[in-house]
Amino acid sequence: MSSVATENRPETGRDVVASVRNVTKVYRLGGEDVKALAGVSIDFHQGDFVAIMGSSGSGKSTLLNLLGCLDRPTTGQYFLGGNDVATLDDESLSRVRGRYLGFVFQSYNLIQQLSVVENIAVPLAYQRPTNPDGPELCLRLAKLVGLSGRLGHRPNQLSGGQQQRVAIARALVNNPHVILADEPTGNLDTATSLEIMDLLDALNNAGRTIVMVTHEPDIAARAKTVISLRDGKIESITHNG
Amino acid sequence: MNFLQQLRLGFRSLLLHKLRSALAVLGILIGVTAVIWLVALGEGVSYQAQQQIKNLGATSIIVRSIKPTEESNSEGGSRSGIAYGLLRDDYDRILANVPTITKAMPMREISREVRNGEFALDATLVGCTPEYFDINRLGIERGRPLSAADMEYLDNVAVLAYEVAERLFPIEDPVGRAVQIGDEFYVVIGVAEQRTASAAIGGSLAARQYDKDVYIPLSTFRARIGDRVITVRGGTFQNETVELNQITAVVDDMKAVDSSADIIRDLLRRYHKLLDYSVVVPKELLEQAETLRTMFNVLLLLIAGISLLVGGIGIMNIMLATVTERTREIGIRRALGATKGEIVQQFLWETVVLSGTGGLLGVAFGFLCGPTVALVRRTISELFPEVWRSLPPNIRDLEPLLAPWSIAAAFGISVGVGIIFGIYPARRAANMDPIEALRHE
Ligand SMILES: Nc1ncnc2c1ncn2[C@@H]1O[C@H](COP(=O)(O)OP(=O)(O)OP(=O)(O)O)[C@@H](O)[C@H]1O
Ligand SMILES: [Mg+2]
Repeated sequence: MSSVATENRPETGRDVVASVRNVTKVYRLGGEDVKALAGVSIDFHQGDFVAIMGSSGSGKSTLLNLLGCLDRPTTGQYFLGGNDVATLDDESLSRVRGRYLGFVFQSYNLIQQLSVVENIAVPLAYQRPTNPDGPELCLRLAKLVGLSGRLGHRPNQLSGGQQQRVAIARALVNNPHVILADEPTGNLDTATSLEIMDLLDALNNAGRTIVMVTHEPDIAARAKTVISLRDGKIESITHNG
Repeated sequence: MNFLQQLRLGFRSLLLHKLRSALAVLGILIGVTAVIWLVALGEGVSYQAQQQIKNLGATSIIVRSIKPTEESNSEGGSRSGIAYGLLRDDYDRILANVPTITKAMPMREISREVRNGEFALDATLVGCTPEYFDINRLGIERGRPLSAADMEYLDNVAVLAYEVAERLFPIEDPVGRAVQIGDEFYVVIGVAEQRTASAAIGGSLAARQYDKDVYIPLSTFRARIGDRVITVRGGTFQNETVELNQITAVVDDMKAVDSSADIIRDLLRRYHKLLDYSVVVPKELLEQAETLRTMFNVLLLLIAGISLLVGGIGIMNIMLATVTERTREIGIRRALGATKGEIVQQFLWETVVLSGTGGLLGVAFGFLCGPTVALVRRTISELFPEVWRSLPPNIRDLEPLLAPWSIAAAFGISVGVGIIFGIYPARRAANMDPIEALRHE
C-alpha cells in the first residue's frame, strides 16, 4: 500500500493546502435568509485528517460543498492551490475540482453502466492534458483498495463496502490535494465502516489530506482533528491523541 | 476523451435502455428510409414525366422555311418565281457543326391530291427520311415504315396516315396496293398509327396535323416532284423553289436545347441573306419540365422535413427522459471535474449515436426500395391480375430511381436533426446544479 501512496504523494510538505477565510453561505428561502454558514475560517494542512461534526443542519455539508468547489460562498475567501477560488466561474471551478480534489460520497455515487475500473477512470476523462499512464494507474488503485479481482464488475454486483472502495480509488486517481468525504460510512454497517476507515487511515498515513463529515463519534475519533459546527459556526476544534 | 471513447460511451449508455433507444432509432430510421424511398419514387415519377415531355418534342429544335415578305424578296425574287428557305447544304452544315445534335431530319412537304380509284383526298405529301417516325414517335399500325433502302433506290413507296388510309381504302387493307399522286403511282408499304395533333411547340407553330399525311422517301420526293412547285393563286401562277421545308434537330439533353438553337441561328445567318427561316425551341415544354422538377423538389423537401422532424422530436423526447434519469450521473461527472461543455458534448454524442444509427439503418433500408417495389409489383400482378390491369400504366411502369444525393442528404440531415434536437436536453443536463444533481434520487 505504501508503495502506491509514495508514488502518488503530493509534492508539498506540511504546507497549507486549503484555507477558508470568513466564509458565509446564505440561502434565500421564500424571502427569508437561511444562514447555513456564518463566518468560518480554517486552514487545512498537508497530511491533515479532519472530521467535521455537528448536529443536523449545522452546516457540515454546506462547508464541504464549498471546500469541494461545488458551490461558491456568499462572502469570504477560499484559497486552494494558492489561488482564491471563491470567485471563479463555473468552468474554472470544474477544472479546479478535477485537478485538486477527490470526492467520496455517502451513497458511493458510482456510474452504474461503467465497470469498476472504468468508474475509477472517470476523473481522468476530464484531465488536461491527458494522463498517459491513466489505465495503468487505475489498475494499481484497484489493487490498492483490494478490488483487483473485480475490475470488470458493475457497481450493482458489488457490496456497499466494495462500492465505497471503488469510490475511494476514484478519488485518488487525479492525485488530489484534498480528499473530501461526506459521511463515507453513513450507509455501511459497523464492520464495513471500520474497514473503510482503515483504508482512509492508511491513505492519511501515506500523506493524503482528508476532510470528512460524520456524525458518528467513533468514526470521528479515527481522525486527527475534529471540528464541531453549530449553527454555521465553528464551535470547537479538538486534536485527537 | 477521444472520438472513439465518446462513441463507445454513448453506445453503452444507450444500451442501458435497449427498447427505448431502439424506438428512438426506429423513428429516425423510418424518417431516413421515407426520405430515400420518396425521393426515389419521386425521381421515378419525375423521370417518367420528363420522358413524356421529351416525347412531345422537348429536345427537338425545329428549323422551318418561311416565305419572305414581298418587299424583301424583290431582290431575291425573279420573274420566274422565288427561291427561299432551308437548303440541303444547311442540313449538312447543321449536322457537321453542332456537336450536341444526336439526330437531324430534313423534310419537304406540299399539298397534293392523293387518289385510289374514285376515292380522293387533299393530303399533305411529306418527303422525309426513315427517322421521321422515330423522332415524331409515330408508330406503324400495319406494314412497315420507310427504310434506308427506299431512300437509296428512290422507290415509289408511301406510308399513309391512319385517316388517309381509312378514306382511301374504306374496305381493303391498303398495304401492297397503290395510290396515285399526280401522274405517279406509289405502293403503300405501311399505315401509321392514329395520332392526335401534337401540341403547338413553342407556341409559335401551329399544331402539326398528322392525319392528312402521306409519307414518301425524301429522295423520291426530290426526283419525282423536285424543288420547284407551281401553284395557281388568284389567277396567276406562283412559282416557288424550296429545297427543304423543315429540319428537325434532336439534342441529347433538354439543357442543351437553347445553346444548340443559338449555334444553328448563327450558322444560318451566315448563309442566308434573307430571314427566310425560323428556329423554334420548345420553350413551353422546357418550362413545363422545369416547373415539374421544382414542384417535385419542393414536395420532397416538405416530406423529408416532416418525417425527420418527427424523428427528431422522438430523439428529443428520449434524451429528455435520459437526462432526467441520469441526473445523478451528471452530478457525479460534474463533481469529478466535467465542465458544462463536456456534459453537453457527452449527451450530444449520445444523440448522434442514436440518430446516426437510425440514419445508417435507414440508408440500408433505403437501398431496399427497388427490390421492394419489384416485389410489390410482382405480388399484385400475380395475386390480383384484374387490379393490376386496372392500374394506370404510369403506376405499373414506375421504377424508383435511387438518388445518391438523397442518401447522403438523408444521413447527414438525420445526424443534424440529432444534434439540433439533442442540444436542448444536453444543455439542460449541463445547467443542472451539481449539488442538486448529486442529491437526486
Ligand atoms: N440548497 C439549499 N437551499 C436552502 N437552504 C439550504 C440549502 N442547503 C442547505 N440549506 C440549509 O442550510 C443549513 C445547513 O445545511 P447542511 O446541509 O449544510 O446541514 P448538515 O450539517 O449537512 O446537516 P445533515 O447532518 O442533516 O446533513 C440547513 O438549515 C439547511 O436547511
Ligand atoms: Mg449533510
